[in-house]
Amino acid sequence: MTAAASSYLDDRTSISAVVKEFGRKIFPDHWSFMLGEVALYSFVVILLTGSWLTFFFDPSMTEVDYEGSFVPLKGVEMSAAMASSLDISFDIRGGLLMRQMHHWAALLFIASIGLHMLRIYFTGAFRKPRELNWVIGFVLFILAMAEGFTGYSLPDDLLSGNGLRIIDGMVKGIPVIGTWISFLLFGGEFPGTVIIPRLYTLHILLLPAVIVALIALHLVFVVVHKHTQFAGPGKTNQNVVGVPILPTFAAKAGGFFFIVFGVIALMATFFTINPIWNYGPYDPSPVSAGTQPDWYIGFADGALRLIPPGLEFDFLERTYSFNILIPMAALGLFIVLAMIYPFIEYWITGDKREHHLLDRPRNAPVRTAIGAAGVTFYGVLWAAASSDLMATHFHVAVEHVIHTLQALVFLAPVIAFIVTKRICLALQKKDREIALHGFESGRIVKLPGGEFIEVHEQLDEYERWKLVSYTDYAPLMIRPNSRGKITVAQRARAGVSRWFFEDRIAPVASKDLEVSHDNTH
Amino acid sequence: MSKATNRKNRAGRRGPLATVALLAIGLFFTGGAYALISNGTAEAQSDINSQEMIDEGEKLFAANCATCHGVNLEGSDIAPTLIGVGAASVDFQVGTGRMPLAASGPQGQEKPEQFTDQQVKAMAAYVASLSVGPPIPDPRYLDEQGDAANGAELFRINCAMCHNVAGSGGALTEGKWAPAINSTPAHTYEAMITGPQNMPVFNDANLSPEDKRDIITALAYIKDTPSVGGYALGALGPVAEGLFAWVFGMGAIVAVTVWLTAKSN
Repeated sequence: MTAAASSYLDDRTSISAVVKEFGRKIFPDHWSFMLGEVALYSFVVILLTGSWLTFFFDPSMTEVDYEGSFVPLKGVEMSAAMASSLDISFDIRGGLLMRQMHHWAALLFIASIGLHMLRIYFTGAFRKPRELNWVIGFVLFILAMAEGFTGYSLPDDLLSGNGLRIIDGMVKGIPVIGTWISFLLFGGEFPGTVIIPRLYTLHILLLPAVIVALIALHLVFVVVHKHTQFAGPGKTNQNVVGVPILPTFAAKAGGFFFIVFGVIALMATFFTINPIWNYGPYDPSPVSAGTQPDWYIGFADGALRLIPPGLEFDFLERTYSFNILIPMAALGLFIVLAMIYPFIEYWITGDKREHHLLDRPRNAPVRTAIGAAGVTFYGVLWAAASSDLMATHFHVAVEHVIHTLQALVFLAPVIAFIVTKRICLALQKKDREIALHGFESGRIVKLPGGEFIEVHEQLDEYERWKLVSYTDYAPLMIRPNSRGKITVAQRARAGVSRWFFEDRIAPVASKDLEVSHDNTH
Repeated sequence: MSKATNRKNRAGRRGPLATVALLAIGLFFTGGAYALISNGTAEAQSDINSQEMIDEGEKLFAANCATCHGVNLEGSDIAPTLIGVGAASVDFQVGTGRMPLAASGPQGQEKPEQFTDQQVKAMAAYVASLSVGPPIPDPRYLDEQGDAANGAELFRINCAMCHNVAGSGGALTEGKWAPAINSTPAHTYEAMITGPQNMPVFNDANLSPEDKRDIITALAYIKDTPSVGGYALGALGPVAEGLFAWVFGMGAIVAVTVWLTAKSN
């Protein structure tokens, strides 16, 4: 029966060729390789719950009187968007569960993208030939934040309205064209009556379409490039060692999808997220204490909180708000640097080889240290978005929190860089030591002559392989070009390269190993 | 024979159970006597502005408040005058344990109250007898039966910027803060009319007594209605949600990824 069905299908679609080719794709096993999958699966949950929500959500700013079952808002005037969000929460069966799953899944979607990107970065998986896929992934990260923000704004409650007001303020802070853009976006003066339907179109049509297309492209690239793997015996730059898609990986991944689905469903069942009924309808006058964006916009909110006051100047009858422009420029620069990092490193190392073996973070000390500095910078901005809650919950003054974070946003990345680099080098030294001399067994032996020695045990071949196989880089030499000149760009490149690679621990060569084993105890 | 009696006697007076029994009897009488006395005082609460109350309040005030606020309510370098603060202020500050101050700091902290309600009312009566000020609110505004929708809207407009929309509290400047609101209706009303610590006064021209009743109704609704969406995470907003998503959500999922890729032993 099965055979008949499958041959019927194959005769008409020639699908067996695809299954044979695709099913035998190999995926290596490591927990951190599954973070991207988490992002994909939470996106599926978002699509499913989001489609359900569109059945009941009314993206309109028409004023209505709420007549649903939530007592403290009965008779209150609000937009149809807010009223229908409340109906979804209180009067439509399963509605609140769907809303909460949609929102929790969104938080996890962007969080898992973030962790996935950190994994790619710290293992050097963005190197040739995967630079473009890093950029695609980065664009997906930004689009996911845009999806999150447009969705956060749709219910038209007090919190989302406050968020939109900040965006409006940032747009208006752009010199000359800011006000024009704001009026274009909101169809007149903020808040107007068109912003919710416009955001809705972006949220359910344009952004998801682009995201789905880019995810498809992202995955095609994963198939084309094949998956990276950590070094190990039998794992080379030319092969991929792991489990085939069919049947093992597909079964595991399918099960994992349901686990992610289940975790999100449990969170949505037992934990409230965005209780819009507390916030009430948007009204431009009130702002609640503890008004924050969702976590992924927190770093931008934090940047606005950290900028000192008094940076607004009038020039030629126009106001220039540097307290808006500086954070925007800093964040823009940060994002662009992170997005083009693979190309920067490519230029610095001058390494034109393909890399399918991952680096352990310690084996690229400067890259890891740059990453740590970036994470710390982001972390300080992120923490600043919750400065008020840190003040109340740790019983300190909010000004002290802000001033501390203002200092840390400059100092902490530098400290993180230095400390991380030193830790990496120390770990490399330890690895080298263990590879050469084995590890201390704790067994003390008395020799016939009376001498005491501690027996060092050698690693087995598999373990040692992991410690010794990594690429060693050396700073680039300055060489004259074909016309016999040394250009400024060359000098700069050599300078950065020296900074990148001057402190390094060379991997243990097999010659060293032999020497050390010969005179081992 | 005599030996046996002796042993029996010893077992009676000195046995381990004897101590327990003695303790139980002692506690029973002390507790009973205390209950009788305290019941007696509670019943004596007839007129809160009687001369008797004022006299009792004066003694308590002299013993507990006058060091800082002065014997004639005139205040001092370290404490404000109490002339004109009214009974409502005393009832709020002492009744919520903020006064006497636990320690000097940016603002008085709530702590377990130090006086019985009777004693608080006595001090309130004494302070009110010396100068005019907001009185203890009329119980008909405290019944939590007002218009919750109006109250919630007034709360969002007037209170939420410091106390948070769900009344979970928030930060003010220089180490001060707006506390989470979980007081009794009377204390909430008194806070509005007296403006304790850093809170502004919401007098009756600003928010009518009926409006205050509506606000109290809305707060009672929030407090008494179980969170419909599940555990509310402190009703603190997106920071608590983000923290939860990262620590528990991502934590659980990363744990699963480690489990799925673990090599079997």
